[in-house]
Amino acid sequence: MSRGRDPSDPRDAMLDHLPALRAFALSLTRNGATADDMVQDTVVKAWTNIDKFQQGTNMRAWLFTILRNTYYSSRRKLNREVADPEGVMTATLSVKPDHDGHLNLTDFKKVFETLPDEQREALILVGASGFSYEEAANMCGVAVGTIKSRANRGRARLTALLELDGNSPMEMTDSATMAVVAGGGSVLR
Amino acid sequence: MTQKKQGEGDRIAALIDQNLKLVYSDLAQEELPNRFKDLLDVLKAQDTASATRR
Repeated sequence: MSRGRDPSDPRDAMLDHLPALRAFALSLTRNGATADDMVQDTVVKAWTNIDKFQQGTNMRAWLFTILRNTYYSSRRKLNREVADPEGVMTATLSVKPDHDGHLNLTDFKKVFETLPDEQREALILVGASGFSYEEAANMCGVAVGTIKSRANRGRARLTALLELDGNSPMEMTDSATMAVVAGGGSVLR
Repeated sequence: MTQKKQGEGDRIAALIDQNLKLVYSDLAQEELPNRFKDLLDVLKAQDTASATRR
């Protein structure tokens, strides 16, 4: 019997993880076509290397790890250096809250995209995807403290660029935000 | 004073994470392009074919 027909084949669960994997790819690459190519490469690699997946462990984390390795490997191949690793250039960018004081999600996305790869990645893994710091550290091949530091630096930069303070609203109620939340458009592209 | 600053920092971090979750969940809810389902079908078919040959 083929492994694909085996009822205990972990690859059967792969499809369920693809939306989250694609969201991660989009947040890393900031380009829809590149993200889809990354996901495709990841699926093929995962499928053909399923014997390296340990049953009972987190398949989503495994897929995310393959995708991020694919991403950084392709970046190295293209010899694309991180143009602004410490955000020196983006430090000059800031977004003020709307007149009504509400934080606009569109502005948030715009500023988020300016963060260095490693900070964006840490925030997506820990802040958005629900991975623990330990899981994110394993996926990135770094110490837990490094992931915490990257996430904290990312949050600090967002705080500065968005000019957030203790009075910033917890809810985003502006129309642009609600349109996006309601599924009105693509993001991070 | 320090506690107040800490509380403010926690509140801002929560706000940022809330926004991140919104952005991310919006992305994850996008319809998956057919190419991925097709790809999985092709990979399964290849496995089946190679198992049959054995």
